[in-house]
Amino acid sequence: MLKYILKKLLIMAITLWIIITLTFVLMVSVPGSPFNSEGNSNEIVQANLEKHYNLDKPIPVQYLLYLKSIVTLEFGPSISQPNQTVNDMIGRGFPISAELGIVTVIVALISGVTLGVLAALRHNGVIDYLSMGIAVLGISVPNFILATLLIQQLAVNLEWFPVATWKSPMHMVLPVLALATGPMAIIARLTRSTMLEVLTQDYIKMARAKGLSPWKIIVKHALRNALMPVITVMGTLLAGIMTGSFVIEQIFAIPGMGKYFVESINHRDYPVIMGTTVFYSAFLIIMLFLVDIAYGLLDPRIKVMKKEGE
Amino acid sequence: MEKILEVKDLHVTFKTYGGTVQAVRGVDFHLYKGETLAIVGESGCGKSVTSSAIMRLIPSPPGKITAGKIVFKGQDLTRVSERKMRSIRGVDISMIFQDPMTALNPTLTIGTQLIEGLKQHKKISDKDARIRAIEMMELVGIPNPEERMKQYPHQFSGGMRQRIVIAIALICEPELLIADEPTTALDVTIQAQILELFEKIQEVTGVSIILITHDLGVVAKIADRIAVMYAGKIIETGNKREIFYKPQHPYTKGLLNSVPRLDTKGKLQPIDGTPPDLFSPPQGCPFTARCPFAMEVCNKVYPESTAVSDSHRVDCWLQDERAKQLLATMVTN
Repeated sequence: MLKYILKKLLIMAITLWIIITLTFVLMVSVPGSPFNSEGNSNEIVQANLEKHYNLDKPIPVQYLLYLKSIVTLEFGPSISQPNQTVNDMIGRGFPISAELGIVTVIVALISGVTLGVLAALRHNGVIDYLSMGIAVLGISVPNFILATLLIQQLAVNLEWFPVATWKSPMHMVLPVLALATGPMAIIARLTRSTMLEVLTQDYIKMARAKGLSPWKIIVKHALRNALMPVITVMGTLLAGIMTGSFVIEQIFAIPGMGKYFVESINHRDYPVIMGTTVFYSAFLIIMLFLVDIAYGLLDPRIKVMKKEGE
Repeated sequence: MEKILEVKDLHVTFKTYGGTVQAVRGVDFHLYKGETLAIVGESGCGKSVTSSAIMRLIPSPPGKITAGKIVFKGQDLTRVSERKMRSIRGVDISMIFQDPMTALNPTLTIGTQLIEGLKQHKKISDKDARIRAIEMMELVGIPNPEERMKQYPHQFSGGMRQRIVIAIALICEPELLIADEPTTALDVTIQAQILELFEKIQEVTGVSIILITHDLGVVAKIADRIAVMYAGKIIETGNKREIFYKPQHPYTKGLLNSVPRLDTKGKLQPIDGTPPDLFSPPQGCPFTARCPFAMEVCNKVYPESTAVSDSHRVDCWLQDERAKQLLATMVTN
């Protein structure tokens, strides 16, 4: 198991390095510079600024300097807002983004699995058609459209919830709804189909023959097996929720990391782009790793395969 | 002898898009305490449906018990509530399934699956339940039970899994065990071991067994009595000697003739044709179309059950006095 984790860690590090390199290449090949937008700075000032941020050095040297900043986790100050460091921005933005993300994942998982199970148990019944109808809507409507609709109806017209910002649990409702609906729909559909398959298995019949209660049969015997594919897609769903949060944070003016990330690209704020990208990718890679581990915890057969692979 | 189970005129149907399948069409049989009854017949004759009906495990919809009684120890199981039925399943009546590779949940340990039935029905501490589980594993012949309890189904071979399935079925000391083709999915050598295990278990626990199978070799080994099923009906019942040595129904004879034998040479004699379509089963005897002795009456009216001896009954027009006279005149001519 330890060997497996070490191997995984190495692969994770290589993945991260590839992402960093690609980001760097993209960053230097996009036209424009952090100082252009000012418009009023003269050439000497610009040259001095470039020198200060090491932008006058040859590109391979810049690349090495970036790598160094990543290894030491010192991304330095932002260019557009020189009074804050990239680490400050991540430190301030990440807890808010994480809060949004975690609540979204929990809401999507619980509601998705519940809808899926209900649909499977009432196969071809009213609940089945209703929840699958909701699921299809959830998959087809993009979250930014849903977000604006929710703001228009629930915040502006009905005034049930605040329009934007991030202060109280009430502020969370709309952005979480907008962000969670898509993943919830995917989870619901997946849970339904795997649940339907699992319910026809012999071991479910066997559990019934033991005289177990329907609740026990569903939760202990069926759901555990039905959730395996859901765990598999959780990785991609997490990525989806993360990228979705950039948009949602913009729409709802939530001061999370997504805001800094988008702004940094607009301003060609190289250290911030680099810092947030590395942070986001590292986060996602770790999450995918955890999903892998969770898989082994739920299905004992997978754990053994890994052992044999050592 | 005390009858532990009596099935009377049982009818089971399945509604499908193509119409209603009459899977079981008036089955009568009974089971004495401590005996082994084998229900034999080819695929699709309704033997598994009959066993599921006794457990009330027929998927509903589309399946439904439309008529008949299943009397188990004085109460009609077709009429009891689902809640009451749950307290009977696994406790009074247990079931063993055909394929041990799929009958165990791959994500739960063997120990958990053994104990959960016990914990569901009896007030028992975890420690006592574990002791009982280890006892059962020893009874069914699993070495190192304490170690093995912590393992998962995929760490067991097919034969070992079937032993576990049997242990699970017996852990609450049921009085009736329904084994639905318990050896079909196993190697021949493992089959023999499992059959020996059944004999041992019956000796130790005195459980009554209904054995569903299409394998006459299995029947010959462990059955006391045999019921032959065809197209949703039991066409002949009798004890083992009667069915094997004095079969009366042409179908039973055909079935016995189609078993490969080592002691005689010559071609195997299969039964020609196929069983009738149970969407619209024939009015008369369902075997008429394949029967070498078919008469006009066979196609029109289902024969009444005739007693050949106290224990031997057969549904066939050939048993009728008139048919016997006819046969006699044909022979003399």
